[in-house]
Amino acid sequence: MKQFLFLYRTDYSNMQQATQEQAEAMMKKWMDWLGSIAAENKLVTQGDRLQDTGKVVKSNNIVTNGPYTDIKESIGGYSIVKADSYDEAVDIAKGCPIFNTGGSVEVREIAAM
Amino acid sequence: MTSEELIPHLFRTEFTKITAVLCKLFGIEHIQVAEDIAGETFLLALETWSYKGAPENPVAWLYAVAKNKAKNILKRNQTFSKKIQPQLKNSVVTSSEIEIDLSEKNITDSQLQMLFAVCHPSISAEAQISLALRILCGFGIEEIANAFLSNKETINKRLYRAKEKLHHEKVQIEFPSEKEIDKRLDNVLTTLYLLFNEGYYSESSDNILREDLCLEAMRLTYLLIENEQTNLPRVNALLSLMCFHASRFAARKNENGEVVLYQDQDEKLWNAELISKGIFFINKASQGKIISKYHLEASIAYWHTIKADTKEKWESILLLYNQLLQIEYSPVAALNRTFALSKVYGKQEAIKEAEKLQLTNNHYYYTLLGELYKDINNTKAKQYFEAAYSLAKTQTDKRTIKKKIAGL
Amino acid sequence: MKEFVLIFRTSPNPDFNPSPEQAQEMMTSWMNWMGSIAAQDKLASQGSRLGISDAKVVQPNNVVTNGPFTEIKEFINGFIIVKTDSVEDAIAIAKECPMVKGGGGNVEVRRAVSPEDNS
Repeated sequence: MKQFLFLYRTDYSNMQQATQEQAEAMMKKWMDWLGSIAAENKLVTQGDRLQDTGKVVKSNNIVTNGPYTDIKESIGGYSIVKADSYDEAVDIAKGCPIFNTGGSVEVREIAAM
Repeated sequence: MTSEELIPHLFRTEFTKITAVLCKLFGIEHIQVAEDIAGETFLLALETWSYKGAPENPVAWLYAVAKNKAKNILKRNQTFSKKIQPQLKNSVVTSSEIEIDLSEKNITDSQLQMLFAVCHPSISAEAQISLALRILCGFGIEEIANAFLSNKETINKRLYRAKEKLHHEKVQIEFPSEKEIDKRLDNVLTTLYLLFNEGYYSESSDNILREDLCLEAMRLTYLLIENEQTNLPRVNALLSLMCFHASRFAARKNENGEVVLYQDQDEKLWNAELISKGIFFINKASQGKIISKYHLEASIAYWHTIKADTKEKWESILLLYNQLLQIEYSPVAALNRTFALSKVYGKQEAIKEAEKLQLTNNHYYYTLLGELYKDINNTKAKQYFEAAYSLAKTQTDKRTIKKKIAGL
Repeated sequence: MKEFVLIFRTSPNPDFNPSPEQAQEMMTSWMNWMGSIAAQDKLASQGSRLGISDAKVVQPNNVVTNGPFTEIKEFINGFIIVKTDSVEDAIAIAKECPMVKGGGGNVEVRRAVSPEDNS
């Protein structure tokens, strides 16, 4: 089994303010999805959700406000799954609720330390 | 051997075997009955042997007596017998026909299963060690109290509560299922590691007792290695670690019982046989992909068996501590890493790293800072050593620090 | 204590071909940096190092493209999680990262959402 990192990317500037109910419904969808991966014993860690502000540290002690802004979509969170192949990992990613809100999932294989 | 010498010797090895086999037969809730039978067997040996002399085959004698006592209890006490009956493996036979199996194989199996039962996460680490010492190592209550720098009453209470808890939790004396074995084994290894450390670092003045604790921890770890299912890389790594540490047993205390620091130890006193055993087991441990903390600690201990201060040695030790800390943080590892860093990159670099640690209630932290500032800023070094002195609790530590101040 | 995810970004440099000694040295400096964070008891997770080849991006409507995310020159090659009292502490750690010190890339510092944030 290989391990894959899912990076959840969303365009924050494009995000609409969700009502409490909407946020809860969305949360439930995420939990259901992660739960279904876990039920197959393929979830290594559900990972973290990231706050939408951040910093970027560059060389020569340059610190800028982030999140990383060179692209529209910033990382909103990540999870780690285990799968036999990229194809399988991609198939799992296709079920991610992020697509309801117009984001994307980057799928990356984890390298051995 | 006269019977006065023979009985304590046999007690240490046979008491635990009899107890384990009977306890396995009766179930954990009757652990006390099993202990009592084993105890009475030795009492009878003491009475009979000192009067008639020891029998030709003392072990067989002990087993025969223990078997009879167990059978008598089952016969005499019908209620007990009924309670026991459903748990007996051969439930078809009546109590009078029960075969009590004291074969070597059943003894080893029972001890191994007891080890898993005793190292149960439902009881505290301290209680696990105490129970292991009593049930699996045959230590007397007084010896256990000595090892923990405690008193008999406390230990008795602790053992009683632990047994009650195991009963209450319905802990079975059996080999964990394949699914469970990994998790349970980690707990067993932690307990064995603590048992070893209890002996190695104990403040108890009884040197023989301390060494016995270490040897027992090694014996029980070896029990796991002899068993196919538990002969895993991390178990071999733990035994390797114990061998390397134990190899310095004679060198690390002087005749006054004071700790001799590593750099001052006479390496001629290091036990070469244990070192080569350590190397044997670390090689066995390297089969497999997973690197446990025991692998890392054993490798660190291996490098310490080479006295010469080479660049390669300290670079390797630093790397190992870097890895160890990422698996499991401990202040000791953080301090040792910083010491290794000073050996590789010099004291200035190490001071910067040391000051980030802020382990301000740890006297070793100030001792390390004192060492690092020595010859760079002796005023500061003295201040740090003095801070260490005021935090140190044992006389040994205080003496060591005093010497450092005097050496500035 | 708060948790911050440090995301490592670097741009591919086809001309960079380190000698075995250089590669070893880079590895050592990463290990020393990680060890230093762990020695301060501030490492929450070793995180992961990510491979570059075969990366995919899954987009809405089942669109799958080859990655890594290529709209920017820099791609993510790993992350770790640290636990510190403040973002300033996390930034101080990030500044010591060999990739930042050596000028090979950037570190994005992002606070992880904790259960308390949702209440």
